[in-house]
Amino acid sequence: MLDVSDLAVSFGEQSVVSGVDFTVDRGSLVGLVGPNGAGKTTVLRALKGTLDPDTGTVRVDGDPIREKSAKAVSRLVASTPQGTALSFDFSVRQTVEMGRTPHLGRFDRMGEDDQRAVERAMERASVAEFADRPFTSLSGGERQRVLLARALAQETPVLLLDEPTASLDINHAVRTLELVRTLVDDGKTAVAAIHDLNLAARYCDELVLLAGGRVRAAGRPADVLTSDTLRDAFDAETLVTTQPGTDAPLVTPLSERESVARRVHVIGTGTPAAAAVSKLAGAGCQVSIGVVPAGDTAAERAADLDCEAVTVPTFAGIDDAARERAADLAAAADAVVIAGETGDGNRPVIEAGNACLAVESGGSGHASGALDTVPLAGLSEAVASLPSATERDAARPLDQSATD
Amino acid sequence: MRFAGRTVGWSAGLVAVLCAVVTTSAGIGPVWIPPGVVGKVLLNAVVVPTGLSISGPAVDVTTAHVFSYAVSDLQTQIVMQVRLPRILLGAVVGFSLAAAGTIMQGIFRNPMADPSIIGVSSGAAVGAVGFIVAPVVIPFGLGLRGAAFAGALVAAFGVYLIATRNGRTPVATLLLAGVAIQTFLGAVVSFLLLHSGESIRRALYWLMGHLKGASWPEVTTSVVLVAIPFVALLAYARDLNIMLLGEEDAQSLGIEVERTKRVLLALSAVITAAGVAVAGIVGFVGLIVPHVMRLLVGPDHRILLPTAALAGASFLVATDTLARSGSAEVPVGIVTAVLGAPFFLYLLRKREVHEL
Repeated sequence: MLDVSDLAVSFGEQSVVSGVDFTVDRGSLVGLVGPNGAGKTTVLRALKGTLDPDTGTVRVDGDPIREKSAKAVSRLVASTPQGTALSFDFSVRQTVEMGRTPHLGRFDRMGEDDQRAVERAMERASVAEFADRPFTSLSGGERQRVLLARALAQETPVLLLDEPTASLDINHAVRTLELVRTLVDDGKTAVAAIHDLNLAARYCDELVLLAGGRVRAAGRPADVLTSDTLRDAFDAETLVTTQPGTDAPLVTPLSERESVARRVHVIGTGTPAAAAVSKLAGAGCQVSIGVVPAGDTAAERAADLDCEAVTVPTFAGIDDAARERAADLAAAADAVVIAGETGDGNRPVIEAGNACLAVESGGSGHASGALDTVPLAGLSEAVASLPSATERDAARPLDQSATD
Repeated sequence: MRFAGRTVGWSAGLVAVLCAVVTTSAGIGPVWIPPGVVGKVLLNAVVVPTGLSISGPAVDVTTAHVFSYAVSDLQTQIVMQVRLPRILLGAVVGFSLAAAGTIMQGIFRNPMADPSIIGVSSGAAVGAVGFIVAPVVIPFGLGLRGAAFAGALVAAFGVYLIATRNGRTPVATLLLAGVAIQTFLGAVVSFLLLHSGESIRRALYWLMGHLKGASWPEVTTSVVLVAIPFVALLAYARDLNIMLLGEEDAQSLGIEVERTKRVLLALSAVITAAGVAVAGIVGFVGLIVPHVMRLLVGPDHRILLPTAALAGASFLVATDTLARSGSAEVPVGIVTAVLGAPFFLYLLRKREVHEL
């Protein structure tokens, strides 16, 4: 439906985007993501034909957009801007009615079809309840929804949205994207610049990651949003997991000071262990876990985070091979962390570990009262404060290591 | 339709106000003529075509007077030959300035814009003062009016050319180019005035804006010059509404922004030039009247443009009546500014002006 090839745009001497190629299939929702100043808005403006690219073409339905009249384009492509310069007091209804312009001749009046389209658009964007208020009296989020309603009233096959959720509360942000999703499922094609990676991942069929004026990655959200690409594009450390209830990736930014370069083995099951794994992996630790039943939340979390997990089939009991492997991991780790229910079979694994910490839990009854307990929030700091395995080995007297 | 009804209602009301103002104004002067008598005089002047005979190239329209009230010849003479041309000219000028002001405020998305923002008035001033100081023979007997009209259009076109690059005319550039050209032309006018010798009084009088010495041919010419572009502007009212959203938005709603801007600028330049050429520089009408009407009827140009124009006509007729009814006549430009400026400042304080 939309085809961008070798697009380059510069403002004066400043090159904004170059060599941008991507296609948007009919009936799909594509998210444009990327850091501030990556050229998302510029690409959208090129898509709606309001700027002259230095090179490259944008095709809508096979035809170059620059060869079409504004009117022809406006019947194919509707867009919502990030904001609007509207400073005269049009009512919400009048503003939405302007979306019908592409369908009206110079001397035409709004017909019944047009009125219906306006009503439906206002209904869908949930702005009908303030249809008669002046646009200038609305809040930023309400204005954004009015602009969406205006674009919907245009009734075009293609919808371009520039930060449609930027100033929306969480309820309206989700409702807006659900609405766009529904429209796309009904056959529209949409491209949205979205700065919230998780919302983008959850609602878009495909993502195009722009950084430094180029396409860094494009494809399914799970393929685009990886720690490596995000580090490359945003220059930031992130933790990529899975959004609960979907298979969309969940990106959690990490602050740099948290990065703890330690090797940690986690023993435990269930949510507490899963939380410990996330926390530690998020802090930059190299995490392993086990022995844990396959299918346990903690095992799944470890798999999401590319952490090594020693698993055994559920209810099968711990076999020797698994126990040995886990014990090796524990012995090699800088620290062993116990979180949640461990099971008696894991006792040799715990004993194989050097420095042991337990995560505070609301009265879970595992028998390691002698261990240091730390709250989950302070877990990575506690691990960081322990000496590393190499430091410990260096400090340990030779004879003692021989008797081990 | 509710909307069309509102437009017709407001316009009809303002036409009635204009008729009342014209009738009253025609009675005011050294000789007082009651409105009733003025009304009769005006009705006596109404003609309807009764027959049409075409003989070869000549088309002969026979007309008949509908009314024949008994009114003294002197009163008819005063109303029809002395006062009415001036009043109608005032109405046309007020109409044109208010209409052009509305358009300019729309194009610039700025409530502070006025018709002369693209240099029309300054150009007219150079044309007019230049003609007064160094009269040249202009064909068709256009004289002062022609020189002012031409000067206005040349200046506006010059500003447009300066502000246009690669087929695009950003309004910010247009605004700044307009200010620069206005300043430059102001200097030219000052220079011309310095060397105007005996004719400085006439030149200054023109610059202050007045309607003295209006004649029927002038009225006819300016009606034609204003009416045709005005009708075209009405056809662009909806486009102008959408231009208020910003040019990028307008483009994506199917408006050919640059072409629309060109058309609107050209039409409103002609309208302003027609007004300024006959009346000199009459300030504030084109700034205040659209402002007030926007407060009353809202920003939709389909209703704002006709109502502002009609209100402008009434406003200028009324202020010109004030201007000529004192013991010594003052230029109407002074009256509009004296009344307009405080009112404008009041608006400025009362309503936030968001953007400049």
